[in-house]
Order: sequence, then C-alpha cells, then structure tokens
Amino acid sequence: MYGNAAIGEAAIRAGCQCYFGYPITPQNELTEYMATNLSRRKGCSFVQAESEVSAINMVYGASLAGVRTMTSSSSPGISLKQEGISYLAACELPAVIVNISRGGPGLGSISAAQSDYFQSTRGGGHGDYRTIVLAPSSVQELADLTHRAFDLADRYRIPVIILGDGMLGQMMEPLEFKYDAPSELPVRSDALRGAKGRPSRIVKTFTSRPTELEELNWSLFRRYRLIEKEETTYEIYLVEDAELVVVAFGAAARIAKGAIRNARANGLKVGMFRPITLWPFPYEKISELTQTTKHFLVFEMNMGQMIEDVKLAVEGKREISFYGRPGGVIPTPSEVLRVITRLYYQKGLKTEK
Amino acid sequence: MKKVYRRPKSLKRAAFHYCPGCGHSIVHRLLTEVFDEMNIQDKVIGIPPPGCSVFAYHYLDIDMAESAHGRGAAVATGLKRAYPDALVFTYQGDGDLAAIGTAETIHAANRGERITSIFINNAVYGMTGGQMAPTTLSNMKTTTTPYGRDTRLEGYPVRMSEMVALVKGAVYIERTAVNSPANIKKTKKAIRKAFQAQIDDLGYSLVEILSPCPTNWKMNPLESWQWVENEMTKEFPLGLIKDATRTKDSTGKRDAD
Repeated sequence: MYGNAAIGEAAIRAGCQCYFGYPITPQNELTEYMATNLSRRKGCSFVQAESEVSAINMVYGASLAGVRTMTSSSSPGISLKQEGISYLAACELPAVIVNISRGGPGLGSISAAQSDYFQSTRGGGHGDYRTIVLAPSSVQELADLTHRAFDLADRYRIPVIILGDGMLGQMMEPLEFKYDAPSELPVRSDALRGAKGRPSRIVKTFTSRPTELEELNWSLFRRYRLIEKEETTYEIYLVEDAELVVVAFGAAARIAKGAIRNARANGLKVGMFRPITLWPFPYEKISELTQTTKHFLVFEMNMGQMIEDVKLAVEGKREISFYGRPGGVIPTPSEVLRVITRLYYQKGLKTEK
Repeated sequence: MKKVYRRPKSLKRAAFHYCPGCGHSIVHRLLTEVFDEMNIQDKVIGIPPPGCSVFAYHYLDIDMAESAHGRGAAVATGLKRAYPDALVFTYQGDGDLAAIGTAETIHAANRGERITSIFINNAVYGMTGGQMAPTTLSNMKTTTTPYGRDTRLEGYPVRMSEMVALVKGAVYIERTAVNSPANIKKTKKAIRKAFQAQIDDLGYSLVEILSPCPTNWKMNPLESWQWVENEMTKEFPLGLIKDATRTKDSTGKRDAD
C-alpha cells in the first residue's frame, strides 16, 4: 500500500469522521483515498476545501462538534494552516494534521525534504503553544502513528502533527492494520452540539483580561510537561557498543539505517538514534547516550534543524557533526556510509582489532 | 395584565457593551427572539467574529465558538458536516465576511452548506477603530481613507450579497437594515426565513443587515440612522436579493436559480 493511502486507511480505522483537504503534491493520494473511502461512509464527511486555510478551519469546526477529524497537506499548505493550528491549540481542540513535506523554501520542489522540522516542533503559528509531532519512517509506522495521533489528540486535547515526507508518502510497502474501524464513531463529551438539557457552552480564547490568558497558557504548559513525561518515544539501533551514533528521523533514518548496516559489516561500531516524537524530543535518552558513545552525527534532509535539539541534549559533553542535503535531494545510503566512514577515522574512533 | 414585551429566553441577563446607537444590540435581540419563537435555542450554534461582536457569546444563551477572522463560514462548514442536526450560523462584519473571508463565504455558499450568515454591514472596521472596509462608500472618510475613499485607488464598495447570490448553492439572501422600527421588523422576518431555509435543508442563507456605527461615523445615533437611510441604501439597496426556497428541494434535483 502507498504511504499516503496507509494514512487514510489508518485514520478511518481510528474513527476519523471528517476529513478536509486541498490538492498539493506529494500528498494527493491521501486526499483521494479519503474522497473514495470516507466520503460515503455513514456519518462521515469529506470536503475538498477552497484553500488550506479553509480546510484547517473546517477541522476546527468539526473538532468543536466533538468528532475525530483530520487534514493533510504538504509544506507550503502547512504554512497556510498555521493560523488554524494556533486556534486549535488555544481552544484545546484535538485534531490530526498530516504534513507530507517537500522541499522549500517558497514553492520549492515536490520531492522529499525535512526542512519543516522547525515549523513543526516550534509551534509554527503565533502564540505560546506546542503540538505533538510524530515522525514515521515506514509505511507500517505511518499507519501505526496515525492511529496513535488520534488517541494522543483526544487524550491531551491537542493538535497532533504527523511529519512525513514525499518519499514516505509515495512509497509502497506491505503493512498490517492493527485495528478495525470502530462500529460506532467516538464523540467527545464536551462537544458543541447545542445547549440541549445543559447550560450553553462557549469555546473561546479571546479575553480582555491578560491574567485569564496567562492562566490558559499555564494550564497548556502543565499539560505539555505531562506529555513530555509520558509520551516521548524513540527507536535505538545498535547503540550499546557504538562509538558513533547517527541521529536521524523519518526518511533520513531509513537511509541512515542502511548505511549503518554496511558500516557494521565493515567493522565500524556505529549505531542509530531515531526520535519518533519530534516534540516532545527525547533529550534525556540522548543525554544518557553521551556516557557510552564518543561522537554524534546528525543527519537530516535539510541544512541542520534537529541538530539544535541534539545540541541541547548533549550539552557540550560530546562533539556533534552534521551532514545534510537540502532542497529535496534524497541522499543514498552509500553516500551516508562515506560520511560515516570518513568521520569515524577522522575522529580516531577506530577500535583496535 | 398581559405582558407584551419581555427579555427573550435566549438572551442572557447581561448589559450590552455596545456603543449607544450601535446596531449589534438590536440584531442580538432579534436573533434571540427568533430562536425563542422557532424554539431552536438548544439546536443553534453560533460562530461570532473577531470584531465588536466577538463578545456576542456574553449575550446569546446558546452554544458558541470563536473563529479566526474571516473563517466563520469554514468553521461553520466543519461543524455542520460533523453534526448535521445543529443549526449553525456565523455572525460576521463586513471586513470579516467581505474582505478576509470572501473565499470562505463564496465557497461555503457555492457548496450549499446548510448554514446561515448574519452579515453586519456598517461600512467600517468597527473594533479596530473605524478603518476602511470593503463596504466603505465612495468618498467616505475613515481612518485609513482620511481624504475620502478614492475609488481609483481604493476600489468600490463591495456588494457582497449580490455576489453570493450568483452561486447556485445560495438559496436565500436578503438585505435589510436596523435603522427604523419598520426595517427592524423586516430584519427579524428575514432572519427567520434564513433559519427556515437551513431547517428545510435547502442550502446557504445570508441576511445582510445595514447597521449604524455612530462612534466610527462620528455621528449621534439619530444622524447615523438617517445616514443609513439616505446614503447607505443608495449603494446597498434594501430588499430581497434571492429567494429560491420555493423552487429548490433538498434532494438537489432542482437548482436554486
């Protein structure tokens, strides 16, 4: 199954009831999958909106009504959605936003890139807020994390971003869906559905009292602390004895894994650390790794964005190198292997046989 | 003794913050009277705009949720699609609906979303202090057209209702005013019809209400009522603009034009 279709199917199985999209490459197969498979389902709705701005605001509306809802786009479209994401975060409304990202800045290119790391992990829109950011690196994981995204969004009442890229979205792999579609679609108890048999409800953030807004921000940040504690996830690969640890996420981690396998075959002690949640970022685990490994190589398909988080985690205890290809160029495993090998010898990491 | 006038059930017991002579409080009152009379208070959900009436939720005793500037029709679309049993309306000013929200409005109308827009046209951006709106009249002075709106540079007043009427999904559009008892009565009737079109599952409905803004127009309330009558209605003629509620049916077999 295509990565984009896998997200769509997983969303339906997670009980997604409303999808709002707008065409943009390389995520169109997801919108088309929802048009084919969600739009005629009982109680469900699909709208091809007039813009990404409208699509995210439709998500906001559907979330108000208490249903599971999703939109998807690619980098330039995600920029347009930031206004709505800020409102979702402010009003504590769950939603899932998929970014099958592409090369930027500007219109950029349609090929895979990871240059939206900052935008995804730093909030992206205006105001003091966070979104959970999940970074899958296979088609199976696209499906699994889509399901998890809906659960997290509901549990913490927060917008969740799935940050994939054109490579993952367009890739075809076998996968297994671990859930069937629910027979009854979930509705949140705090939904806005008319004040029948209860006092009327208001969902808003605007206030003329700064202290009220301060309290909202405090309450959001208390929840963010909880998410950091409970939901930080990552994958480690051959790090136990590694002299060099490659830190990479998403598609880059796949490429890195191939390179590391070959490096190991050549006798180099190299491992990989892959954050699965980009926010919350696994600072603690990376900090722990500084005790066992000598050197970090951050590998990204951008000019160096996640490296800032790795630096925060390493706190200067170990040296960090960077290798990146921006603008939608996808590096090959052999290219990364060359970088690893050169670095390994340059830094004197070669272990005596 | 017979009670002939009372606070509508759907109107909260709160003092309006609006300026003396402002049309918002009249429209709020009319809305809540309609909710009571149609017995839909527990079904309606309102989307108030950023603007003077962002605080509408302090007065209307119904479910409400704020929206970003201009996005009301998109938010209402999402809500209605997710929960079709609700009666969803947006309450939007002229800057909101006719400038930043033009795309959202036209396309929601074109899809025939079963929502209602209450469109307050007072020819200025009110809350931000009286800047030019798309509906500002030619030669009218505002804080951003201090020499008067020069149509060569700033364009012409936008007749949004007429534009929206062109799309097939819009089934009922009327322009009214709240500057006289007679017009206020007509406005109430129009609001009622707009909600009825939604209840009947026919399509998009919109009521444009010419509404005085004495503060930003720098007039007293009486002068502002007269200005609506003598100046605004020349550019924005009152009356029914489109009514396809009789010819259209909810199955979509017959179109709205």
